[in-house]
Amino acid sequence: MVRYLQKRLLLAIPTIMLTSIVVFLMLYLIPGDPASIYLGDKTATPERLAEMRHIMGLDRPLYVQYGDFVWKALHGDLGRSLQTGQPVSKEIRDRLPNTAALAIAAMALAIVVGVGLGILSGLNRNSWLDTVSMSVALVGVSVPIFWLALLLIMLFAVRLQWFPATSQPGLRGLVLPAVSLALLSAATLARLVRSSILEVLQQEYLTTARAKGLRRAAVVLRHAIPNALIPVITVIGLQFGSLLSGAVITETVFARPGLGKLVVDSIQNKDFPVVQGVILVLATIYVVINLLVDVAYAVIDPRIRLR
Amino acid sequence: MRDATSAAVASAEPLVALQRKPRSLWGDALRRLAANKGALIGVVVFVVILLMAVGAPWLAPFDPVKLNPIDSLQPPSARHWMGTDQFGRDVLSRVIYGSRTSVAMGFVAVAISVTAGSVLGLISGYYLGAADMVVMRLVDVMLAFPGILLALVIIAILGPNLVSAMVAVGISGMPVFIRVVRGSVLTLRETEYIEAARVIGCRNARIIARHILPNALAPIIVLATLGIPSAIISGAALSFLGLGIKPPTPDWGAMLSNGKDFVSSAWWLTTFPGIALLLLVMAINLFGDGLRDALDPRLKL
Repeated sequence: MVRYLQKRLLLAIPTIMLTSIVVFLMLYLIPGDPASIYLGDKTATPERLAEMRHIMGLDRPLYVQYGDFVWKALHGDLGRSLQTGQPVSKEIRDRLPNTAALAIAAMALAIVVGVGLGILSGLNRNSWLDTVSMSVALVGVSVPIFWLALLLIMLFAVRLQWFPATSQPGLRGLVLPAVSLALLSAATLARLVRSSILEVLQQEYLTTARAKGLRRAAVVLRHAIPNALIPVITVIGLQFGSLLSGAVITETVFARPGLGKLVVDSIQNKDFPVVQGVILVLATIYVVINLLVDVAYAVIDPRIRLR
Repeated sequence: MRDATSAAVASAEPLVALQRKPRSLWGDALRRLAANKGALIGVVVFVVILLMAVGAPWLAPFDPVKLNPIDSLQPPSARHWMGTDQFGRDVLSRVIYGSRTSVAMGFVAVAISVTAGSVLGLISGYYLGAADMVVMRLVDVMLAFPGILLALVIIAILGPNLVSAMVAVGISGMPVFIRVVRGSVLTLRETEYIEAARVIGCRNARIIARHILPNALAPIIVLATLGIPSAIISGAALSFLGLGIKPPTPDWGAMLSNGKDFVSSAWWLTTFPGIALLLLVMAINLFGDGLRDALDPRLKL
């Protein structure tokens, strides 16, 4: 178990490092002089450019600059926004709770609805519930999040006036964004859980349990469902990434002040320190979540640990 | 008891067997695909939309970009079947023209993913060693950026426009092809016919091209087909965020973004482009599902 953890950690750390290198290099891959990009106006004087270059430390070798970047990042200094002048870490800290709340709410909704419906569909194959769920799921994986969000606004905010159209603090303002974000994941999970259950139901150990006298309900609850959920755990980790990605869109539609909206606005405003900082944070969070999921997977499935 | 008749039958049998067409993998797959109703519906809808994209100049009743302030924000009517937007442009014409960018995005982005991904997967799986390590680390890094974030990084570098959006979506789609092709190659390179080819002196490039690639084709085709709707949605999402195609070119994502501001007053601006996008994506998904089931129900992709 510990060896498995060590192995996974050993893989995760270079990944985060390489990711930070990619983020660091972003500024240099952009056509044009980094100093003038930072200054924002293309008509800066040569003196100003040279001054900027010195301030940014561009006259130092690349690896020194990267080391500086990492050192500062580890100490929470991600530079300053070109737009607002605020420290990037402050902008991120202000908005992270909003995105976290949205992602967690959507994940919870997706798991409850998706896994729940998937189990029920798998256990009652070809029933009306199964057919309806799977049809809704097919639509669910095809509907673009931004369209779904707009439709939900049209129906629930404008027509019925049950929920606010733009995000507001508190639970009511979270409902529509969370639902639009959750549908794709719920549909994916429902389809996956259903096929996993169908596969597990074919297994012989279930027949053995029945033959030994276990009631059908107990067989399902104690053997079928837990075994069917094992592959689903890894997918839930991946779905979290899909949720982070979808949050970018959902926050834009509902004008929710979160990290997603921040990164989109920053790209449009060419505010590179913010772009770099947010992407670094989001990617690191995602890698860590996947690491945790792998650990959970090892805890639940003994076969992984013993490999 | 062998008499003349049975002798004649016996001698005719090999000839009959030779005349019966051999069953091929692709023939079988095509037959299974044709029997799948969902896949057929998918193909029909997709072809209709494709024809719409190609025939846009002839099919669209109005000019999709010409400003017409007099007719602004008209609800659907006999003249404008899908209404008009705030500039008076006919929504139906814009939807028809918009199919072009969506279809183009789907195909170009997936072409990039498939080509680059397959090449890297082939190299990684066949040559192993250092090449394999580098490619696998590359895949890890690409997968460390959730969903659309990798595309956003690329667009942040290249600047927001249609070409960089296509490249961004294309590159984001690479990892799955790299992994699948690498997996296929790893399995195939241990087979005996590859060993035989090497023994008789086939050069590596020839082995890859003539023997490994054709056998790795089936999962590539299925993934490519299922990757097209994903690429279309990603492209529409990028233009929805204002990071893709530039106005006034009609594009479904951009139209939805535009309609966002009129959600309470002009429902037709968001509904119709969204339905078009949904139909295209569902059609290709249905076809892709059918293709996957037809090529090998055991593929478990």
